Order: sequence, then structure tokens, then C-alpha cells
Amino acid sequence: MQTTPTLRPPLHRVSRTAIWYWTVRAALGWLVVAAAQVVWMVAAGGDHAVLRVTALAGTAVLAAAHLIVMPRWRYRVHRWETTPEAVYTLSGWFKQEWRIAPVSRIQTVDSERGPLEQLFKLANVTVTTASAAGPIKIGGLDRETADRIVHELTASAQATAGDAT
Amino acid sequence: MSDASMPGGVPSGSTPAERTGGAAPGAAAEGATGEGVIESGLTPDGGIPGAGASGGVAPGEVWRRLSPRMLIVHPFQVAVRAVPALLGLFVAGSSKGVPGHLWSLGGLVLMVVIGVLHWFTTTFRITDEHVQVRKGLFRRQVVTVPRDRVRTVDVTSHILHRVLGLARVEIGTGRSDQKGGGAVKLDALGSAEAAHLREELLHRQLAPTAAGGPLTAAPGPAAPAVAAGVGPGPAPEAVADPVVSPARDTALGTAAGTAAGPALGTAAGPAVGTVPPAGAAFPKEEETELARLRPRWIGYAPFTLSGIVAVGVVAGFLSRLANEGGVDLMRLGALRDGWEWFTGIPVWTAAAGAVIAFVVFVAVASTLGYVLSFWGFRLTRHSGGTLHVTRGLVTTRATTIEERRLRGVEVSEPLLLRAVRGARLIAVTTGLRVGRGAQRGGSLLLPPAPVAEVERLAERILTPDAAGRVPVPGPAGQAAAPDEASPVTGPLVPHGPAALRRRFTRALGANALVVAALLALSEWAGTPAWTWIAALAFLPFAALLAADRYRSLGHTMTREYLVTRWGSLARRRVALERDGIIGWNVTRSFFQRRAGLATLTATTAAGRQGYRVSDVAMSEAVGIAAAGIPGLLDPFLVAHETAPQTAHEPTPVSPPERPAP
Repeated sequence: MQTTPTLRPPLHRVSRTAIWYWTVRAALGWLVVAAAQVVWMVAAGGDHAVLRVTALAGTAVLAAAHLIVMPRWRYRVHRWETTPEAVYTLSGWFKQEWRIAPVSRIQTVDSERGPLEQLFKLANVTVTTASAAGPIKIGGLDRETADRIVHELTASAQATAGDAT
Repeated sequence: MSDASMPGGVPSGSTPAERTGGAAPGAAAEGATGEGVIESGLTPDGGIPGAGASGGVAPGEVWRRLSPRMLIVHPFQVAVRAVPALLGLFVAGSSKGVPGHLWSLGGLVLMVVIGVLHWFTTTFRITDEHVQVRKGLFRRQVVTVPRDRVRTVDVTSHILHRVLGLARVEIGTGRSDQKGGGAVKLDALGSAEAAHLREELLHRQLAPTAAGGPLTAAPGPAAPAVAAGVGPGPAPEAVADPVVSPARDTALGTAAGTAAGPALGTAAGPAVGTVPPAGAAFPKEEETELARLRPRWIGYAPFTLSGIVAVGVVAGFLSRLANEGGVDLMRLGALRDGWEWFTGIPVWTAAAGAVIAFVVFVAVASTLGYVLSFWGFRLTRHSGGTLHVTRGLVTTRATTIEERRLRGVEVSEPLLLRAVRGARLIAVTTGLRVGRGAQRGGSLLLPPAPVAEVERLAERILTPDAAGRVPVPGPAGQAAAPDEASPVTGPLVPHGPAALRRRFTRALGANALVVAALLALSEWAGTPAWTWIAALAFLPFAALLAADRYRSLGHTMTREYLVTRWGSLARRRVALERDGIIGWNVTRSFFQRRAGLATLTATTAAGRQGYRVSDVAMSEAVGIAAAGIPGLLDPFLVAHETAPQTAHEPTPVSPPERPAP
């Protein structure tokens, strides 16, 4: 430690398609909120109509801002990298989080595709260690990359002896 | 160790506690033959060590049952749980009709039947490689735990168990992703059989490990004995043969007898050459006493506040008596008179009296609880590589921790206890839960005691002695300073003025928010004004708390341990073995980033699963992580002077070239 070392960001970004995946997923959430508000407006009848319309408009503005800003920002800050020795990720923008685990301590490597992720041909990878505090998640990868990560990590994790605790 | 001896087992290398449906063909077939063996091979008593071995069958092959005495225990337990309802029915009279009670009696009978069925459907066996438990009536399960995954064994006897000579065995496997840590429970066995099982599970497996594993790097006195008995190479059957158990038991008995005296620190003694002659593959057990309860420690009990739980228990009992038993408490004359007297006296006197009564009650209950839990507390180290805790006045408890799995210790000082210079010692190990209920969780290594005593013991546990475990060699390239600061008492690196400011911002900020909220409420919602004034008066205490929280913050790194301390209301100092760290998380919130701070979490399979070094400078956090697991971070580090590297476009996963370390 001659100079003060800092962590560089991991090398890889997730798939660009993930931007659309996150947008659609967030939009579905906002649709539920908006639908609830519409029901409330219709069901409750006349009084306070102005208030309700304002609330709905506010929701729409918030949703639009969220849908435009969030996915792009997330795409910029979510990064990952694997080497034969380690898995390394960086995520979050309000609360940044770096996670590093040695490959020799990996217990399982899971890849998962939700229905929406399948639509966008995406997958996520979860790397768990023996610690409940240590799972590393990489979301929004394209399918081939995810498969390759799983393959590589499984191979190198199996090469190490011991029970990884 | 033939695989044929365990059909229905799982391939070694699969998950430690695999649940196999009983309907699987292999398991079903095995089940059928297994039942037959039980009918012929099980002695009904089961209280003799190795009872399953009767008739010349190796115990490993036999499906054993829990003790038949459980058939008495279970109905009794159900009855005790139903005491409020029964009291209501038979003694105090009832405001409800009779049919309600008939229903609850029916429920009782059902519970008893279920308990009895539970006994009939549960069997277990210990093979050379696995611990297997079969259970379930409609959904048959076989829980299989590889024996090399057994980390801890916990033997508990409640009062009824003790009267009947029974003990419950809980086998901890250190799985963190399963409820209860993947523990296997056997409730209950004969107490001798339980003790025997504990020896069998934890001590025996060390023999093969010591012969072949990397842990014999430094030849301790025990190693030659192992080599003499086992032979490192071609005779694995000798290691695994379970029939030798009776001989070993006698040897153990004498060891325990001789070590019970006050002689401390004799563990480095004559383990060599005392191999029992009956062909046993184990060195004779040497037992060293590390700690024993001193009666004057009971003085620390009132400061533990554990008695508050008792208040809850009493309140719960009364409310159940009122609800389930249908007892109208106000109809009891004495209670009603007391209440009327209490409401009659002036409010300030009543409040003061209530507080005093509460404090006295909690103090007395805490003391009682301390005595009940820790009477006869004894911590011993066995030459087989385990720590052994026995304690309890009415409910006895014996916990065995494999020292190889002990990843460190935690010195815990709740504020009140700290005020009287007391502390507790908790093990950081896989297989035992830590945190809330650590006292019940069995990871306690020393009950509340003088802090000097706790630190002395902690150092002794962390310092491997000749007969104990062999330390994992420190990470390469780190020369050991012989007079290195102890991880337990050594000075810590403070976290600096930014962390201090953050402590104050958080404590005072939170308090100010509460004051503002209460003020707003009293302004607009009409809550009484004294609420926000009281919150305002709390401000100096918040400041004190912040200062103390900062004073607690600290960390350091020794050759073998990462040490971190935090907290004020409960200050904890953890020494975590660096070899037990299995990853790093660095988090930085928006506010931390502005203050140049970060929180480093060392993840581990032991204890709390992750230990935090809070609010250190970012560069310090990275420095600790880089030094803690040498080489892990190297490819990801850049010198601070260079501009932050811009990320590349997504490229194929092929690993980038690492700079030579």
C-alpha cells in the first residue's frame, strides 16, 4: 500500500437490452398504482374530483421520470467481472455496493430467467457462498453471457477442494 | 466405508442436508429392510452406549429409534402446555360452557396421538459417512447429513428429560441457507447414548482427518498417537470401525475424572502412547478445563436484564389463564383488592412504586435465570479438537464445538454489564446461531463475568495450545511478530473525525426529527405538550450515545484475525479468523460518500454471517480487504493517482489478463 489503492469499477456492463427490461418491469408496477387510482376515482364518485385527478397526474409525472431516468442510470452503474480467482460486482447509485468473493469459496451458481426476462432474452446469475450475507447477483445479462458465466464459475469452483466454508 | 452400506444415501459432494422423498425406489427398498432390522436389533431401553450394536450388528447399519421413554414425556409436555385451560376447567370455574372445554380436551388427545405417532415414525442411524434421520407419517423424509459436515453437537435435557434419563441431541451442520441452520434434532435419546453419540460424531471423525489432512503440519503430541493407532495409509477400516466404542468410553471416563481437579494447562501432557490397548483408533482424550463458574459472578446477573423475559412470561400466563381458562381475574378477591388499593394512592407514588417493583422483580428474575442457566458452567478443551460447554441447574445443556470450525470469538458487553465491568464471551462458529437468543443458541463460551476473565479466556481459546488445534498458517508473506498485539485486548484503529461527525449527525438528527414530529402533532393533533419536551430533554443522552458509539468503533488486523468493535447499548468486539472470511462487501451510501466513508463487511459462514467495519475511510476499507485475503483484490485495484478507469464496452466473458501479483 504505497499509494492509496482504490477499487476500479468492474469491466463489464450488463446487456443493453436490460434497459428495456427494467423499463417494462417498472412500467408494470406503475400501471398497478395508476389502475388503483383510476378505480378509486370511478368508484368513489364526484367529491374531491380535482384532488384525484391531480394525484393521478402526479403519479404519471413521477412514473415518466422514473421510467426515463432509472433504467439508464442503472445501466451505467451496474457492472460485473469474473476472473478465474474472483467474482466482482458493483451496483447501486444512492447506496453503492461492491461485492467480491473468491471463486474458491463459491458454493452454488444459479441462473434464472423470469417470464419477463425470457421475453427480452435475458437471464440473471446468482453466486452464493457459505455465508448468508454473501450472495452476489448479476441481473440483466444476455442469455449466452449468463450461460458462459455459470459454466466458467462452476468449472473453476469444482476445481477447488474443501467445503468452501 | 463401502457405498453399499448406505443405499438411499446421497453422493458425497452433494448438499449436506439433502431431503429425499421416501417414495424414491432406493429409499423405499432400504426402508423395508431397515424396519426388519429395527424389530430384531433394537434393545427397548436404549440407554446403554452402543445399544444398537447388540447382536453383533454394527450400529451404523441399524436404524435406531428414539428412546421409548419419550412416549411418557410427550403427553406430559402437552398436558403442561394446557395447564391454563385445565386450571380453568377444574379449579377456577368457568364463564364459558362445558362444550368449549371438551373441544380443547379433544385437541389435547389429538396432540398426544400425534406425538406418539412421531415416535413411531422417526428412526435414525449413523453410518460411517452419514447421519440419517427418517421421519414423517404421510410424507416420509430421509434427512441425510454427511458426517464431515457436522460442526457442533448440542445435548439438552429439560427437567422431565432428566428425571427419565433422557437428552435431546441437536446436530449443527453449518448450512446457512436453511431454516435453523440445517440442524438435525433427535428428541430424545437416553442420556448415556446421547453423550456417546456426541463423542462418536465429533471426536471420531478427527482421526482420519488428522492422518490425511493438512492439519498435521505441525506435529503436536497427539499426532504420533493417531499415526500409531491408525496408520496414515492403508487401513481405513480401523478408523471407521464403530465396535471399539466401549473401550473408548472407559478411557474417556478416566480422563474426565483426572481432569476434574484444579490442574489447569496440563493438556500438553502425555497423550502419546496412551492408546487404549483394545485396538481403538483414537488417542486417549485429554481434557483441560478452561473456565468454570465462580459463585461471585452471579452478582453480574441483575445487570443482564434477562429477567424482563420473565415479566413477559408471567403476563403471558395470566392472559392465557384469562382467555383459555376463562378465569375472570377480577373475580379473585386478593387481586381485586390489590388493584383497588393501587389505583387509590397518588399517581406519582404509584408510578414510583411500580418502577421499583419492576426493577426488583427483573433483578430477582435475572439472578434466578442466571443460576438456572449457568449453574455448574464448565468449559473444557479436549485433545480431540473440541470445546465442550456444560451448564444448567435444572435443564442441563452440553454443547460441543469443533475447534477447527471455530472462526473467532465475540466479546459482548451490554451497556449495563459494561458499567459494572462485566462481559460475555460468544463463539463465532459455523453450526451455531448467534445473535438474538445466543444464550439459548448454545454458542455462549462464558456467561456474564468480569471482563478481565472474559479476555483471558478469549485469548486462551484463540491461542492454540499443543494438544489443541493446529493454527491455519497465516496468509503467505506475513511475517509474524512474536510480540504481536492480542486480537482480544490489543489497541484498535479509531475511525477518525468523519465517523465521529456521522455518529453525531445520525443520533442528533434522528432525535431532532422525533422532536419535530411530536411538536407538529401537539400543534395540530393535540397530543400533550410534554411528549415533545421529553423528546427534547433526551437530546443530551443522544449526544452521549453518539460519543460512546464513536468511542466503540475500531478495527485492526493481526496476522490471523480481523478485529472489529462497534455498538454502545451492546458493545461487541469480534475477532474473526482471516481464513474464515469468504468474501467482502463494501457499501457506501450517498451520505457516506460525501463524508468519504464506507462500510466494509467481511462475509463468513460462521456466527452472524457477516461482520462489519463501519464508517472507515474508503481507502482504509479497500486496504483492509486487500490485506485480509491477499491477492484477491489485486486485479481490481488501481493506484489513487491515476484517473478512474473508464469501463470498456461489453466484451465476451473471457477473463482479462491479470497483472502478475
